Amino acid sequence: MFKDLYKYRYLLREIVVKNIKIQYRNSVLGIFWTFLQPLLTTIVLVLVFGGMFGSRDAQLLNYPTYLLCGRLLYEFYTQSTKRAMRSITLSASVIKKVYVPKYIYPLANVISNFITFLISLLVLVGFIVYFNLFTDKPTNVTPYILLAWVPLVILFITCLGIGLILSTMSVFFKDIEYLYDVFCMLLFYFTPIFYNVKSLKVSPMVMKALMANPMYSLVSMFRSCVLFGEMWNWNWFWYSLGFSIVMLLMGTLIFYKKQDKFILHL
Amino acid sequence: MSEPAIVLDNVSMMFNLNKEKIDNLKEYIIKFFKGQLNFSEFWALRDISFTVEKGERLGILGFNGAGKSTLLKVIAGVMKPTTGTVKREGVLAPLLELGAGFDMNYSGRENIFLYGATMGYSRKYIQSKYDEILSFCELENFIEAPVKNYSSGMRARLGFAIATAVDPEILIVDEVLSVGDAKFRIKSEAKIQSMFDKGVTVLFVSHNTDQVRRLCNNAIILDHGRIIASGTADEVCEIYEEMIHNSKK
Repeated sequence: MFKDLYKYRYLLREIVVKNIKIQYRNSVLGIFWTFLQPLLTTIVLVLVFGGMFGSRDAQLLNYPTYLLCGRLLYEFYTQSTKRAMRSITLSASVIKKVYVPKYIYPLANVISNFITFLISLLVLVGFIVYFNLFTDKPTNVTPYILLAWVPLVILFITCLGIGLILSTMSVFFKDIEYLYDVFCMLLFYFTPIFYNVKSLKVSPMVMKALMANPMYSLVSMFRSCVLFGEMWNWNWFWYSLGFSIVMLLMGTLIFYKKQDKFILHL
Repeated sequence: MSEPAIVLDNVSMMFNLNKEKIDNLKEYIIKFFKGQLNFSEFWALRDISFTVEKGERLGILGFNGAGKSTLLKVIAGVMKPTTGTVKREGVLAPLLELGAGFDMNYSGRENIFLYGATMGYSRKYIQSKYDEILSFCELENFIEAPVKNYSSGMRARLGFAIATAVDPEILIVDEVLSVGDAKFRIKSEAKIQSMFDKGVTVLFVSHNTDQVRRLCNNAIILDHGRIIASGTADEVCEIYEEMIHNSKK
């Protein structure tokens, strides 16, 4: 399926650049929203949940940074999959007129979101610098921070796979978008973004269910590197990597099987 | 000059016509359990086979609903035929619904590169054609404005300028070339004529037999998804005129 990617690499580039440009074109603050948005939402979340989950839990080391790590990854996941989901229906006018490899649209949307996500990581850098220099609650900066790209790459593969599946489904069923919005909202509460799974007072069954969420593994790996400065638990690595590969294979297969029928439903 | 540019081999296209269009999961599940998912088959194209040589100009005639647009979509690679194969040699530029690939929030200049990339061209290549495109569409003063503020004529002019500037080898022309005002029409017809002289392969869809006679050397007639006549433009146009005459009775 990806054999003509080389020929259409210019198109891929143009769409990625376009997505990033258009997103910030008509706002006064432009690209600064990439920093402002996670900063402001993290402040709100710290104010709301800080007293309930943050202050009593010494394991978290630094609650604002803990929260920001989770939120950044969650936000990338939901934004990129939602954009990928809508990408085919939004490009209907092109797909109906000219031959283009259709997977380019979900792929380009995940890539452009990944780039803005990488830019937004500067906020995290700012947090780490601030808390280490100016407060008595420093994060644990070690060479392991250099491994932080590993969970991000796995997350990228996961988003691409799920994005391909969703974009295919949304061509045939328009109401998938609303269902997926609800799913994303649930995911926010079932991923340990503002709480710590280990200090929840829940039955072992519920805890196992929470840990079965691949986002749990990814967020935990990322926090191990960035916040706690230690090696991740290898179970997380293998579990999330396996999940991402399965998703990518499934997404490619479903998309490949159904792509010739898109035109009849757009 | 006997290299084929387009080869169609037993191409058929079948659509599943549903009585009502189902596009959401809720309805689909309800209909599925009630057993109401009936489809009826509709063959838009049946066993179409023909070869277009390089430099040949083929006119495609036919009444509304004969399958002309479906045929063009199959040749352009937008639709995959249910059975049969389509082979194409060279870059294809569809001059139909010009500017359909534009992004409305993007400026004219940015859209030139986006549209070029959609056809598979690099930024560098489009840059080398940029001045030619700009002077041809005469939109120098508006090129930095977003395309959503363009009139439909301006959009079509920009689309035409890009699609013809890249030296395509196969040109798909739909109906009369009614792009923009009279002045631009003359210019675009001259451009098309110069591409003819360079030996571009043309597929021309029309109802107008005079135009087909003037522009094409060969022609086919489509009726209910089948080719019912093919030959030189003059012969086929005569048959078509007779068909029109008979259907009026």
